[in-house]
Amino acid sequence: MIRDITLGQYYPVDSVLHRMDPRTKLFGTMVFIISLFLADSIGAYVIATAFLAAAIKMSRVPFSFMVRGLKAIVFLLLISVSFNLFLTDGQVLIKLGFLRITREGLRMSCFMGLRLIYLVIGSSIMTLTTTPNQLTDGLEKSLGFLKKVKVPVHEISMMMSIALRFIPILVEETDKIMKAQMARGADFESGNLIQKAKSMIPLLVPLFISAFRRATDLAMAMEARCYRGGEGRTKMKPLRYNRRDYMAYIIYGIYLAAIIGVKTVR
Amino acid sequence: MSIKAENLTYIYGRGTAMEQYALKHVDFEIPDGQFVGLIGHTGSGKSTLIQHLNGLIKPSEGTVYYDGTDIHSEGYSLKELRSKVGLVFQYPEHQLFEVDVFSDVCYGPKNLGLGREEAKQRAREALKLVGLEERYWEQSPFELSGGQKRRVAIAGVLAMDPRVLILDEPTAGLDPKGRDEILEEIRQLHRQRNMTIILVSHSMEDMARYADRLIVMNRGEKAFDGPPKEVFEHYRELEAMGLAAPQVTYIMHELKDLGVPVDDEITTVEEARDAILKLLGGGKDD
Repeated sequence: MIRDITLGQYYPVDSVLHRMDPRTKLFGTMVFIISLFLADSIGAYVIATAFLAAAIKMSRVPFSFMVRGLKAIVFLLLISVSFNLFLTDGQVLIKLGFLRITREGLRMSCFMGLRLIYLVIGSSIMTLTTTPNQLTDGLEKSLGFLKKVKVPVHEISMMMSIALRFIPILVEETDKIMKAQMARGADFESGNLIQKAKSMIPLLVPLFISAFRRATDLAMAMEARCYRGGEGRTKMKPLRYNRRDYMAYIIYGIYLAAIIGVKTVR
Repeated sequence: MSIKAENLTYIYGRGTAMEQYALKHVDFEIPDGQFVGLIGHTGSGKSTLIQHLNGLIKPSEGTVYYDGTDIHSEGYSLKELRSKVGLVFQYPEHQLFEVDVFSDVCYGPKNLGLGREEAKQRAREALKLVGLEERYWEQSPFELSGGQKRRVAIAGVLAMDPRVLILDEPTAGLDPKGRDEILEEIRQLHRQRNMTIILVSHSMEDMARYADRLIVMNRGEKAFDGPPKEVFEHYRELEAMGLAAPQVTYIMHELKDLGVPVDDEITTVEEARDAILKLLGGGKDD
């Protein structure tokens, strides 16, 4: 039912990308995003496509899983593409009443569409190959320098990983309570808006109670195990760069240079 | 009136890397008025199985029949089915939401479209059936003790006046007194109202004591199906599944191995007491 949420869904297979250090993947995603905003020619997009295709191939995650994330941005995609298509000035190709499609507009909207699609696929490769915990670990370590200016990096990342950890638990809990109320004859689908909102009460009240109960339980369990913030805390699996990570950074460098190269040569 | 499962198969996460069989070709028929115990190791498919019986889960393959009709056939009202096949989930007190006990129990009958007075009447009966004293009825369900909360939740299902009552570990997390009381009340429902009961439990002692028939699930498949005494004879196989026979059965087996002439099919403490007293009484006569 509601288990089809793909946000941050980890896909458990073994691949080079799965074994990579989360920092490498974070940095790689960043490089890819920057490159997409630099790219403004067919040549640059060819390079970006090759880079993305290689990453998809290496991740060993079925392509259909990545496309699933695109469903959420279909509307955004349509709006931005049509705005660019119809509202860019330049050499007119087709004129339909007050709408006109220009050569520049066509070009812009194609690039804009590709850019958005690549953005989503690129970042979903990262979330599909990295567990939420690895991800926050990577973030904490990469943003560690902010501690110097008194940003509570550890606390924020701890909150993030707890929040992420709670998403599947709460989804499961919702499913369970929904079923329990359905067994008592509840109907969550039919009726008008007000009736639907009212029918959510038997779902939301127990859900909130259980969320609070879990939160206190967790806080208690953490205190019982002497958790007292990030100061002096060590890790069981500290992040360490391997050869494949250095290789990846070299590839990122070459990739970014190629994109910038294409841009300046023109 | 019966519940029948035919070739029931359920697959989780079909078409993904996490594809997993929760149920594999399960068949059984439960006639009216039977007290069925359902046992199995954690993750053996018990909970998935019982959710099929009131149509909360649609089987990947196979059919569930209630009274001879396929419950997923077109035009069949699942809501009506759920009023006839009551399902009490694990930790049912987690589903309570109303401001007072009485309104919470009224939720089910109101959903069935009953009038206010009739719903209240049903709620009163149900609360009496589970033995909750009237002074608690106007209290918030969240102020009650664990055992009382659970009774309110069970009453919430009973108020729909089901013919079949399915309970998923109704005694989990209760103290021994609360446990015995709840099980006794379930037995009363079975005896006095001739309700069909399907009870999921991890306690072999309870099963030996209450159930007419035991269904054992193992890795999504039905491993054994028969009267408790017959099933517990296979205690070696049960152990291989992470289950066991009642403790007293082991004692009787050991006694027999030591040369004491007792029946090793004994499954309850009462039976064992009678057998041993008989034996000792016989010894005095000599």
